[in-house]
Amino acid sequence: MSNRKGVYTGNELIALAAIDAGCRFYAGYPITPSSEIMEVMSKELPKVGGAFIQMEDEIASMAAAIGAAWTGVKAMTASSGPGISLKAEHIGYACITETPVVIVNIMRGGPSTGFPTAPSQSDVMQARWGTHGDHPTIAIVPGNAQEMYYETVRAFNLAEKFRTPVFILGDEILGHMNTMVELPDPSELDVVEREIFQPKDGEKYKPFDMSKGDVPPMGAFFRGYRFHLTGLNHNEYGYPTIEKDMIRQQQERMMKKVENHADEIVKNELFNMEDAEYVIFAYGSTGAAAKLASKVLREKGKKVGVFRPITIWPFPDKQLDEVIASGKYKGIMVAEANLGQIIYEVERVNKGRLPIKDLLKLDGTPVSPTDIVNRFEEVF
Amino acid sequence: MSFHFEARFGAIGGQGIITAGAFLATAAIMQGMNAVQSPTYTSQVRGGPTKVDVIISEDEILFNRCTKLDLFLATAQRPYDLYYTDLKDDTLVILEENLVKNVREDGRKIIKVPIIELAEKEIGLTVTTSVIATGIVVAVTEIVKPDLMKEAILSRVPKGTEAINIKAFELGYEVGKKYR
Repeated sequence: MSNRKGVYTGNELIALAAIDAGCRFYAGYPITPSSEIMEVMSKELPKVGGAFIQMEDEIASMAAAIGAAWTGVKAMTASSGPGISLKAEHIGYACITETPVVIVNIMRGGPSTGFPTAPSQSDVMQARWGTHGDHPTIAIVPGNAQEMYYETVRAFNLAEKFRTPVFILGDEILGHMNTMVELPDPSELDVVEREIFQPKDGEKYKPFDMSKGDVPPMGAFFRGYRFHLTGLNHNEYGYPTIEKDMIRQQQERMMKKVENHADEIVKNELFNMEDAEYVIFAYGSTGAAAKLASKVLREKGKKVGVFRPITIWPFPDKQLDEVIASGKYKGIMVAEANLGQIIYEVERVNKGRLPIKDLLKLDGTPVSPTDIVNRFEEVF
Repeated sequence: MSFHFEARFGAIGGQGIITAGAFLATAAIMQGMNAVQSPTYTSQVRGGPTKVDVIISEDEILFNRCTKLDLFLATAQRPYDLYYTDLKDDTLVILEENLVKNVREDGRKIIKVPIIELAEKEIGLTVTTSVIATGIVVAVTEIVKPDLMKEAILSRVPKGTEAINIKAFELGYEVGKKYR
């Protein structure tokens, strides 16, 4: 049994979960509203033999986390929108070198420095396409305090399993709220441990070995063997290549390792959906608001359910399609704290089958249950 | 109908209202209820309008910002003007009487207390304003047991400030009792 019951902020929960998931390296640069993650890591990591570095900037923080991952440890960095913009170049490097690393974005208002202390959900597309080039993205959108903890553990597991960067997209409300959570004993958690390549009989390590399935084995520096990593398109040994078949095969494998395993990554909460006539599609703290709005609307006689993605990338195409294709529902309202990002994904999956209405709000205040109730009554 | 209580405290950054909200939520949790504290502040370290929402409930709290306030407290005009939303017809309003001058007389019960003056004269430290305010709130609403509130305060204040914070809470509590 765990005696780790206490009052925590969402940011503290992310940091504690990271350590419980085996994270032993953190590099970062403080930025509101994510700084408390860094603060906790600076205090707690040394206690478990981990390393914490406050780097000179966001760019270096991302680089340090990638480097640490290639020494064989689980690594994390955290920031907010402006910092993620700076990290974007190295996020691409993490994608192409297939580096497991967890990147937390506690979203605030933007663009640029925007509104540091206000919540928003305007970085969901940045997580998908913030760095250039075709690349897979895994991004998790926790919606409550429990999920700030457990979904962080899952983020580390997915990073290890698929050898790729994983985003946790929180927001200012989730990051800064204080509430009671009972943390599990770390030994009760399902944690994916990294198997680091060890050469047998002079075997050469190939960091991008296509014969080993979609996810090649992860190696580590300083283990008595040499290998090469580069941001250039590369062959199985990690050396730059201009050979078209190699480039295509490696690129396609990199995309496929996430796309083909979407079912293992996608996670949704369906709330009040069984007998619902309408669906509110919302995520993160807006997803929490939607659940309360659904209760209020039901008291008024409107049968409303909530489809709340907990993984936003890859997008829950199949699961949303099943809901739409069931023929049980009359319409969908997408609510998000931005001026329209995920709604276009919902429209893409919907293919014009159900009427889609929006509640898009970006004014430094959260999308509240009252906003959702009022808008729902206006449009449906 | 199960128990559900929502409070919002508006103040000026530096008055400690966010921490005061955390005291209340922590005390409610100690009393066995679900509670959440959710702050809003600006980039200004001191001087900007600030608020904290506290929800205390027997049920699971689905959304952690207030939507129907049982209590609204403001220690200055700006946060009063900015955050005077989500009120019900019977929301209890508690105001710092010297700093909130422009008051909406909209039929709701209003309690006016010179909180900052109390902090300065009785405690000798303006920064205790928010703790005094929570004392008033706990006395008026009886939402949590005062002893648990003191325990919550002691669990969260910096070392060396325990006595003065408890003194400030007790002062607020005594003042607040008059308005029950």
